[in-house]
Amino acid sequence: MRKEPSKQEYNQMVEEMTPKHNCFLNCIKAFVTGGAFCLLGEFMKQMMMKYWGLGKKDSLMFVTIELVLLSVLLTGFNLYGKITKFGGAGGLVPITGFANSVASPAIEYQKEGQVFGIGVKIFTIAGPVILYGIFSSFVIGIIYLLAKQWGWM
Amino acid sequence: MEYVKAFLVGGIICVLVQILMDNTKLQPGRIMVILVMSGVILGALGIYAKIEKFGGCGATVPLSGFGFNLWKGMKEAIDQHGFLGLFEGGFTAASVGTSAALIFSYIASLIFQPKMKK
Repeated sequence: MRKEPSKQEYNQMVEEMTPKHNCFLNCIKAFVTGGAFCLLGEFMKQMMMKYWGLGKKDSLMFVTIELVLLSVLLTGFNLYGKITKFGGAGGLVPITGFANSVASPAIEYQKEGQVFGIGVKIFTIAGPVILYGIFSSFVIGIIYLLAKQWGWM
Repeated sequence: MEYVKAFLVGGIICVLVQILMDNTKLQPGRIMVILVMSGVILGALGIYAKIEKFGGCGATVPLSGFGFNLWKGMKEAIDQHGFLGLFEGGFTAASVGTSAALIFSYIASLIFQPKMKK
């Protein structure tokens, strides 16, 4: 008699309370985490333009490589999961989140062999991302090409 | 000032995605696909270039910047090679990020052992 209503009440309370409360807090965490990665990227970019004398385009590519390396290392030492757990989208959205989703199944499934373990699982997330990225830019590219040939642009 | 802008823009993109995640329960893989595709579309519309001009790495570090980069490479390739560029541009633009992720991850899979979940 005592358990039933309290369980329902509890569920109701959870339903009412958690989304609002968590959403706001999650957003702040995501903002700080994602912002921090971008800040780090910007710092790397500025430093490389200053000290390595690279152009903007090249230094952006180096930023990508450095951030990916950092993220793979953090994944290897089992630390990136903690960042995602804390930061939510803040850990997922930067390129580091992409690198993490490539590295983590590669490490996880190494026991299943070189080809069907690492080789297949490494593309678990990278595959869809590359496929839809390439395909959507292909479709828009067709529109752009036609528009150019018909003299709209 | 550039640092503040990068932090702000990157943070805002993450907050938008966080709101999307909290309201839809989408899987991370889907989120990343959505991000890259929106980067491509916003790039083609010329909007993302403005965001990048303002936010610097705040716009290029998120995955939507990867999509924007894809579109930029596609556009350049089409301008230079026409029809062939359609098949050339995407991978050229995506090469650095993808190769880095694949190469480092493969090396990591040789070095690190999977950790048991507690």
